[in-house]
Amino acid sequence: MVNSGTGLSIVTDPSVVSASGRGVIGESVRRPDGTPKVQGRFAFSSDLWAEGMLWGATVRSPHPSARIRSIDLSGAWQIPGVRAVVTYDDVPGNKMFGLEHADQPVFAHDVVRFHGEPIAAVAADHPDTARRAMEAIVVDYEILTPLVDPEIAIAEGTPPIHPDGNLFRRLVIRRGDMSVSGDVVVEGTYEVGMQDQAPLGTESGLAVPDDDGGIDLWISTQWLHADQAQVAASLALPEAKVRLHLAGVGGAFGAREDCSLQIHICLLALQTGRPVKMVYSREESFFGHVHRHPARMWYRHHATRDGRIVKVEGRFVFDGGAYASTSSAVLANATCFSTGPYKVPAVDLLGLAARTNNLPCGAMRGFGAVQTCFGHEAQMDKLATTLGIDPIELRLLNAMQTGDSCITGQIVTGALPVEEVIRSCAEAPMPVLAEPVDSPMMALPGGAGRTADAAGVKRGVGFALGWKNLMFSEGFDDFSTASCHLLDGVATVKSACAEVGQGFVTLAQQIARTVLGVDDVILAPADTHIGSAGSTSASRQTWMSGGAIELACRTVRQKLLSHVGAAFGVSVDDLDIVDRRIVSRHSAKPVIDLDVADAAPGVAFSAVEEHHHAPTFRLDENGQGNAHVSFAVAAHRAVVDVDVELGLVRVVEITTSMDVGKVLNPLQLLGQVEGGTAQGIGLAVMEEILLTAGKVRNPSFTDYLIPTALDMPPVNVAQLVEVPEPGAPFGAKGAGESPTISSTPAVVAAIRNATGRELPRTPVRPHDIAL
Amino acid sequence: MTVAVPRSLDEAFAALAAEPDAHLLMGGTDLMVEVNYGHRRPTAVVSLDRVPELRGWERSADGRSVLVRSGLTYTEMEIGELAESFPALAQAARTVGGPQIRNAGTLGGNLGTASPAGDTLPVLAALDATVVLGAAGGAQRELPWDEFIVGVKRTAREPHEIILGARLPVRRGPQEFLKVGTRNAMVIAVASVALVVDLDAATVAVGLGSVGPAPLRAREAERWIAERLAFDPLGISSDGDPETLAEEFGRMVAGASRPIDDHRSSAVYRRHAVSVCARRALLRALSPQVVGT
Ligand SMILES: Cc1cc2nc3c(=O)[nH]c(=O)nc-3n(C[C@H](O)[C@H](O)[C@H](O)COP(=O)(O)OP(=O)(O)OC[C@H]3O[C@@H](n4cnc5c(N)ncnc54)[C@H](O)[C@@H]3O)c2cc1C
Repeated sequence: MVNSGTGLSIVTDPSVVSASGRGVIGESVRRPDGTPKVQGRFAFSSDLWAEGMLWGATVRSPHPSARIRSIDLSGAWQIPGVRAVVTYDDVPGNKMFGLEHADQPVFAHDVVRFHGEPIAAVAADHPDTARRAMEAIVVDYEILTPLVDPEIAIAEGTPPIHPDGNLFRRLVIRRGDMSVSGDVVVEGTYEVGMQDQAPLGTESGLAVPDDDGGIDLWISTQWLHADQAQVAASLALPEAKVRLHLAGVGGAFGAREDCSLQIHICLLALQTGRPVKMVYSREESFFGHVHRHPARMWYRHHATRDGRIVKVEGRFVFDGGAYASTSSAVLANATCFSTGPYKVPAVDLLGLAARTNNLPCGAMRGFGAVQTCFGHEAQMDKLATTLGIDPIELRLLNAMQTGDSCITGQIVTGALPVEEVIRSCAEAPMPVLAEPVDSPMMALPGGAGRTADAAGVKRGVGFALGWKNLMFSEGFDDFSTASCHLLDGVATVKSACAEVGQGFVTLAQQIARTVLGVDDVILAPADTHIGSAGSTSASRQTWMSGGAIELACRTVRQKLLSHVGAAFGVSVDDLDIVDRRIVSRHSAKPVIDLDVADAAPGVAFSAVEEHHHAPTFRLDENGQGNAHVSFAVAAHRAVVDVDVELGLVRVVEITTSMDVGKVLNPLQLLGQVEGGTAQGIGLAVMEEILLTAGKVRNPSFTDYLIPTALDMPPVNVAQLVEVPEPGAPFGAKGAGESPTISSTPAVVAAIRNATGRELPRTPVRPHDIAL
Repeated sequence: MTVAVPRSLDEAFAALAAEPDAHLLMGGTDLMVEVNYGHRRPTAVVSLDRVPELRGWERSADGRSVLVRSGLTYTEMEIGELAESFPALAQAARTVGGPQIRNAGTLGGNLGTASPAGDTLPVLAALDATVVLGAAGGAQRELPWDEFIVGVKRTAREPHEIILGARLPVRRGPQEFLKVGTRNAMVIAVASVALVVDLDAATVAVGLGSVGPAPLRAREAERWIAERLAFDPLGISSDGDPETLAEEFGRMVAGASRPIDDHRSSAVYRRHAVSVCARRALLRALSPQVVGT
């Protein structure tokens, strides 16, 4: 049931890599693209090439808010080698696009709403020519004062900066007796800065027109079919004429769910009749994708003297930036999960997502749950201090379990091992850590800078618990499609699931091997020739596309067994596949024992299946309803060393426990745990896009800092709690996001513990501690 | 774009004479970033990294100074006899970038860029280093560091000149370099402090980085502290309470800084960081045994 210490054993014990040697479910099957990536041989989308291809570049606004008086393209056309220049006027179809609401123009034309908004795109023989052409385009701007404060944006009387208004969503969640008051009340206002997904691969793709007015787009994306629909609508082409193919994705984390250059390069390719490639620079990438919403969150927790939460009040303001993207779904998540996986009988909560002239925000790993987790966990610690109760005890006292009601009135029917997750993480023996005075200078806060005075370094420990939904919510049927084809023991499976690093490449094969008893599984390239797989987001692909692969394989398995049954005159119900062999069950006669590969020579079996999750429903006017499919819980315990005088932090150790349903590939799961934890540490101590009056001040890896190896401590996996989730393939829950959610508040709690500072804002900056 | 790859100093000057607008390239860790960002569009490049006369370092005949040539990499500064002679330089080198950057980046490039955050520069300032510039035909001139660096990313180098290296006076005594950044490695300095004690001259020198348009010296604090320390052949010591002394020293050093607010930090924090680092540097110099590895 419980898989203790699995994480650490994976790396040290090579025998775990493949127990059966077949690469089935539960084994650490290695990624086929792992070694090529390490060796620099993997072809990313930025490595695409086509005969006669042109290079695209994008003209962007240097102002966050401006009226466009005129655009003069003549300078670009005068440069030899320039083949196309396109603006808003050249968009033949839908001039607006967007993942949930088409509220963003393909190119800005009358007004500019954020720093870096695309105005035009050019295609030229050489990337430098394209860049020069871009610089030769003269845009006459009337500079306007940007609206950058979300509170002001949604205040009465503020003029809208977009025809759809300045409010993306207002969500009220009310439940229980809202008039109750606690014996003890704690209040706080918390802030989370704008985080970037910082994928190492920037936005890039290659569009190739065909002779028939159609187009093929090779693209780094999280969701081929959502891109296809938006591109086709803007090009005024039937979807069948817009074929998308997944190119090598260099990281995503939410940054690739919205369209960036997709429509632009397709337009350029159709205009020129030639392949067009575009690759964003690192700087451009910061403007080219959505970010994590900055949030300001007010909380008031009421509890009885013995520590039971009786009510939570809250008001959460999320800055969605200039366009809608997924703001409304992010806000729903943030608000629905704002009180943590705790029993809360009464809530009075208001979530607001505002439109401003800041960079557009949308999906990022954790999707709203990250921000409110930072708030509710700070509140839990505050409550514990006020009550004089141990913070772990307080969490255990209020922990939800299966059968409990969420604040939305939804009863949790699936696995929810909150207590196990808390206990295993909090009670895990503390690894032996060197004391600061015995540590080499490099291991102290400040690291290579040699700033620390070991005697002045304070150590702190913090704990946090987080949760989140798996799959899309609020009535969205984010199904997935997969096909399976079996011939002579070789299975070919196909799905449009975008592999962005999460490990579908091995999982699809592991599932097919497990179900069909074959060794050879080919995963066909992901493209739009098959139905949608939905997005690689919301921790959903193992469940949804893994589930679709499982369904397709099960149908094929049934067909194979029927064929064999008919040939031998036995009922299909008397046949089974064990390892690689088809065998008869119990005492069925005749006794059959055949290799799957030899069972039906030359006969092919195929199936295409769609996998839908249990239906969900919209939230009503009180925020009540069965809006979510499933939930996952995780906890982190962080140990930090702080140079209190300089405000520099070193995270020295992280222990984590996670509710995973079932471990399908231990090595890949560990990758998610470590990577997600690192992203959470980044948000705790360094990662933030800085904006002044809507202008981005640090669009580079020189100044947008992400953790290095010296900032990332060893991750000690205390427990991977395996309580199978009903309805999930093999009982496995998604694991992509939960490692990110509680690591930030755990680290900040540890810094509070070391310094005694309140630290209501993340990332924590040196001056927040030192001054 | 033309790229010349001279194999000797003479060839390098000839290449520069042929393309007077050429950009000089050493490790490329600054230049290529500028090119990638489109801030520079060289039409001609003269690569210096194969010029043997620009590699390595050399002790003067009297042993009182060392000429560190411009092609010396950070990795080379971190080790061996050079690191023993100039521990602050080695410590500064160790804070630069990651291993790949330290293998490619050079002293000449750090001087050529003359960024306020260049990590070797406060060390050169504290050592009273001079910068040696060469021109065709063996012509040379030597400028004190503060005449070489004339502003933010501006130097006194003429377009026809090549930085041959920096001459560092050998000082006997403790040295320290501390750099504050918001990451534990691979980070641009928010503030840095270099401290060099000269036991023979009975002086203390302090160089500051990232808190002014160019590296700064804290001359008033230097004089003040030198008067309050005892210098003997084995080290420095103080009569009074070292903590109190160092505290005041830190405050005075911070007074010499001229920091600004920018996206990396605030002037207030930078001044505070300088004061803390200067205090710690002095305390380490006073009791070298407490210094960690
Ligand atoms: C990821 C990364 C991290 C970094 N971290 C740091 C850091 O922590 N601290 C720090 O100080 N710097 C850092 N840098 C900047 C850079 O590495 C250093 O400034 C380095 O010293 C530059 O040396 P280079 O040989 O690569 O110079 P180049 O890029 O080759 O040249 C830099 C400039 O100097 C000129 N130049 C070079 N050699 C000569 C010469 N002999 N004569 C005249 N002009 C010359 C060039 O024309 C150019 O203008 C970092 C850079 C990167 C990319």
